[in-house]
Amino acid sequence: MSTIGVSVPRVEDERLLRGEGRFLDDLRLEGALEVAFLRSPHAHAKIGAIDAAAALALPGVVAVIDGRETAAALEPMVFDIAKIVPETVREATAPQVRVHPMPALPAERVTYVGQPVVMVVAESRYLAEDAVDLVAVEFEPLPAVVDAERALEPGAPLVEPDWEDNEAISFSFERGDVDAAFAAAAVVVEESFRSHRQHPSPIETRGVAAGVDPQDGSLAVWSSTQTPHLLQDFLARWLHRDPERIRVRAPDVGGAFGVKHSCYPEDLLIPFAALRLGRAVKWAEDRAEHLAAATQGRDQLHRIAIAADSEGRILAVRDSAVMNAGAFNLLGLVVPYNTFTHLLGPYDVGALGFEMRVAVTNTVPTAPYRGAGRPEAVFAIERAIDRLARQLGADPADVRARNLIGPEQMPYETGIVYRDGSDQVYDSGDYPELLRRACELVQRERFEATASERRRIGVGYAIYTEGTGVGPFETARVRIEPSGTVKVFTGASSQGQGHRTTLAQVAAEALGVAVGDVEVVGGDSAAVPSGFGTLASRTLVVAGNAVSEAAAAVRAQALEVAAGMLAAAAYELEVEDGVISVRGRPDATLPLGAVAGFLTPFNPARPRGAPPELAAESVYRPGPVTWAAGVHVAVVAVDLPTGVVEVLRFVIAHDCGRVVNPAIADGQIVGGVMQGIGGALHEEIVYDESGQLRSGNFMDYMLPTAGEAPEFELVHLDTPSPLNPLGVKGLGEGGAIGPPAAIAGAVEDALADLGVVVHRGPLGPSRVRDLIASAASAASP
Amino acid sequence: MADPGAAREVRLSVNGVERAGTAEPRLLLSDFLRHRLGLTGTHVGCEHGVCGACTVLLDGEPVRSCLVFAVQADGAALRTVEGLAGEDGELSPVQQAFHEAHGMQCGFCTPGFLISLTALLEERPQASEEELVDALSGNLCRCTGYANILAAARAARDRAAEGRA
Amino acid sequence: MKPAAFDYHAPESVDEALELLADEAVESRVLAGGQSLVPMMNFRLAVPEALVDLRRIEELRYLRIGADGALEVGARTTQAELLRDPAVTTGWPLLHDGVTHIGHPQVRSRGTVCGSLAHHDPHGELPALALALGATITVAGPAGRRQIAAEDFFVSFYEVALEPGELVVEARFPAPPAGSGWSFREIARRHGDFALVGVACLVTPAQTRLVVFGAAERPLLLADPSEVAAAVRPLDDLHASAEYRRQVAVLLAGEALAEARERADG
Repeated sequence: MSTIGVSVPRVEDERLLRGEGRFLDDLRLEGALEVAFLRSPHAHAKIGAIDAAAALALPGVVAVIDGRETAAALEPMVFDIAKIVPETVREATAPQVRVHPMPALPAERVTYVGQPVVMVVAESRYLAEDAVDLVAVEFEPLPAVVDAERALEPGAPLVEPDWEDNEAISFSFERGDVDAAFAAAAVVVEESFRSHRQHPSPIETRGVAAGVDPQDGSLAVWSSTQTPHLLQDFLARWLHRDPERIRVRAPDVGGAFGVKHSCYPEDLLIPFAALRLGRAVKWAEDRAEHLAAATQGRDQLHRIAIAADSEGRILAVRDSAVMNAGAFNLLGLVVPYNTFTHLLGPYDVGALGFEMRVAVTNTVPTAPYRGAGRPEAVFAIERAIDRLARQLGADPADVRARNLIGPEQMPYETGIVYRDGSDQVYDSGDYPELLRRACELVQRERFEATASERRRIGVGYAIYTEGTGVGPFETARVRIEPSGTVKVFTGASSQGQGHRTTLAQVAAEALGVAVGDVEVVGGDSAAVPSGFGTLASRTLVVAGNAVSEAAAAVRAQALEVAAGMLAAAAYELEVEDGVISVRGRPDATLPLGAVAGFLTPFNPARPRGAPPELAAESVYRPGPVTWAAGVHVAVVAVDLPTGVVEVLRFVIAHDCGRVVNPAIADGQIVGGVMQGIGGALHEEIVYDESGQLRSGNFMDYMLPTAGEAPEFELVHLDTPSPLNPLGVKGLGEGGAIGPPAAIAGAVEDALADLGVVVHRGPLGPSRVRDLIASAASAASP
Repeated sequence: MADPGAAREVRLSVNGVERAGTAEPRLLLSDFLRHRLGLTGTHVGCEHGVCGACTVLLDGEPVRSCLVFAVQADGAALRTVEGLAGEDGELSPVQQAFHEAHGMQCGFCTPGFLISLTALLEERPQASEEELVDALSGNLCRCTGYANILAAARAARDRAAEGRA
Repeated sequence: MKPAAFDYHAPESVDEALELLADEAVESRVLAGGQSLVPMMNFRLAVPEALVDLRRIEELRYLRIGADGALEVGARTTQAELLRDPAVTTGWPLLHDGVTHIGHPQVRSRGTVCGSLAHHDPHGELPALALALGATITVAGPAGRRQIAAEDFFVSFYEVALEPGELVVEARFPAPPAGSGWSFREIARRHGDFALVGVACLVTPAQTRLVVFGAAERPLLLADPSEVAAAVRPLDDLHASAEYRRQVAVLLAGEALAEARERADG
């Protein structure tokens, strides 16, 4: 019986339900010192004198470290990925990318509120915070710039004084005759749409702990990171140490969504302090730090125009986007280029003109947040299509249907170069069918029955495609123990996605063992020699196929040895539930564990030259990304006089290829959608003009609660990917991509007779009332 | 008179076991449980009373342990996630329901949800949908989208009702 | 986010508490439920030198109906205890309904009625409820006890008519006369959030008490929805504009009055 496609209950749950999970701050490190940071209160300032005498005099304070001290030991941080531009990308879009290095602790200048300035190490976090209050730093405030558009204007304050302006990235692309298409169009719509800044905010914040091995001085690091191997490599380089003498482990990690993917100053400073002090050191970020100093997401403004014929067929799209990188261009093209490659999504559009400018500003750096540039693209194009439909007086679902790429066009070449440098080709999918299935489930009439002059019902759509399973590689090692237990070691770590269950299912399927006999080990740089990590909707595709390949190789090994043991040919053997049998000889069986036991070096009967264990390693290097897709339909009620928006129902038609564990897949999707709903209605990171963070707590940065959850309806259309042996596509981010656009469309639909246009979120009651008021004043002469 | 700023002994019962530890007045109950008593199942997500991850039962009522000083819990009876399973180690109906309904992903917020729901169902075994939402909306989850948590809550309530029938 | 150090006192009587609060050399704060004070301490926005915890003062632990039929709520009574009392549900339905809007069960289990009054967040439910119900707040101080009408108690943002060294010991809610009607309405961003703006309304055979909250530096007692637009002094913040608060205050006031009248007739 196949173990793939079954909602196997999660093996992760039991420990977590009993309170036996071990998250970073749950680790008991004997004698560990704790860290608190003095963080910049200014968006932009020169650092003057730092007086730590009073702090150092406080009993229990062990060290106070500032940027002048770290400058000598720690080079400023730069990430290779920020500078990587494949040659084909360069040819297609001519990107200009500038990066300035980020000091772990700045010695001269702070460039955003929340930036770490002084690290205090003390016997407890309480004492460390006391000491932070006693450190006196002289700051000389400098002019700051907060908005990306403002930052790109001439004369704006410079975030990086060595640059002549604040532009960190620019690229552009043109395909087809865009101007001619616009000139010939029956209908043109043009609007500005903003994806406002948001915060990933998993319920577990970040954290790092480090200790030094008393025997050989090697470094043990625990970090709530998505990417233990990348952090190992990073630390090796920045601390000038052999990677073999650094072990990075991610314990249980309480959600991430992109925010635990970057290497942060704190990731470097905690190991640095442990080495300097020769003691274990721990930093558990608090929520105020997390909101102020962990990377944020979105913050793009699009000026988008669509040219269409009178039937609503899109002839050309022109989009000019500006993105806010925050104070450092950490990851280069990753997010803005994703926006570009996902702008046209499922639509068959001939001509495209696109340009993107990314500005540095005096705000915390932005980085991938669940969707990583895709929700921004989808908000722009889907909102524009809604405007087109409105202008045509057509049903927005119909206008979308008229422009979708058909299944007969698969594989579909978009004519765009993907960020990995390969041609962007949609490998499989049936977008019209996805839309049809979603529309069937909307149940608009059910809700219209509750409508009144005051309570308006609206329906909104968003369709997206998502390139998933990006490389470069992932490593898996599979070993069968003499006990029959199968151990799967993977470079992919988990932050709640259930990999210990799904990867076990993949291994079980390939080996012919029960899922319960498979134990998955990840999140440890020592588990496999090299690895990448969990991000960008890639784990099932890349790690999953690595596990499948390694398991298949182990199976082949096992059968070869078993053939000798059972006096049969390998091709006559089959494996079921961990037992090898010979077809046609019911009595000839052998547990897989017995084969592993047979190979142990102490068995005198073992064949000469046989390997000492049943194990194989695979490094899976995917080709081009595989394309998942989804249709989201939101049904909302808007209370006219109060502006309160309620999401009543959210329909998701989803295609993530072959599904390994439907319950887990659905959970990923619904969780992503809820984050999208949060962003659409409630969540917004707000800086004031001087760069002070105004949404720095959970009363002001408002994650949705159970009280805001709508009813969800999911339907899957699973077109296997032809690009990988398992036929899977990634799904971690998909849920978050559509909701802002779908909900904005639904609100606009509900208020259509008033002429409301939604240019941005979040759609809190006050903003909705403002929209109604401005539509009314625009309508009256 | 003893120094009012000094650390003092705090004695309380946790999951039916008498425990004691020293606490200076400012030590939060969440930190006392986690770092003095080693009960790290209770998690800390915001330390300002919004996320609910640190929810424990204090004398039978759900409270945010990040908003209680340990010294205030002197003499109290606490229940934490570690004390939810039965004496034989069997998962409680609420725990079991979260597992079966896939009401959890990363599991970090889960202890708080389990405690909040346990408190509600012990006080109101036939809690209405509105009461379930009210009890659970004091806990934030960033992974699940709540649909499966609410499903787990309904299942736990209904199972308890069957058990009584 | 760890609080700064402080001295901790848990006196066993009001007199003992007053003695502690009388020490002007020490900046002391009263700790009741802690649901507003402790978050501020964790952010180190509040850094009191000493806390005087009411938890051991048995004489403040009561919820009873007094000789004149008024509901008397001692300073240790939590919001959850109030909600559990059937006499409150039937006799003071406005109070009961309003208190269900406070935060979440995990907050109401610790948060006290008197603590919310003394804290006076103008977006909070309890100050508005006290004003609508014509409550009297009893405070104890070095000079003895005095009673302050809700109308005079709430001064401005987080400021009440307490003198240094005084302590709220009781809130007293008169029983609404027979035939009264009530309504409580608020708009909040999320389930359990503080109100952007709200209205508590009590209609008795003798008078209409319409209280708008979240729209000025304190809850405003009015007699008619037509007064709302001119009376409010709302602020802009992250969650709503001043104009929004003004408009919705007017709307909710009209709705609440209509509902309260309907209930009164019924």
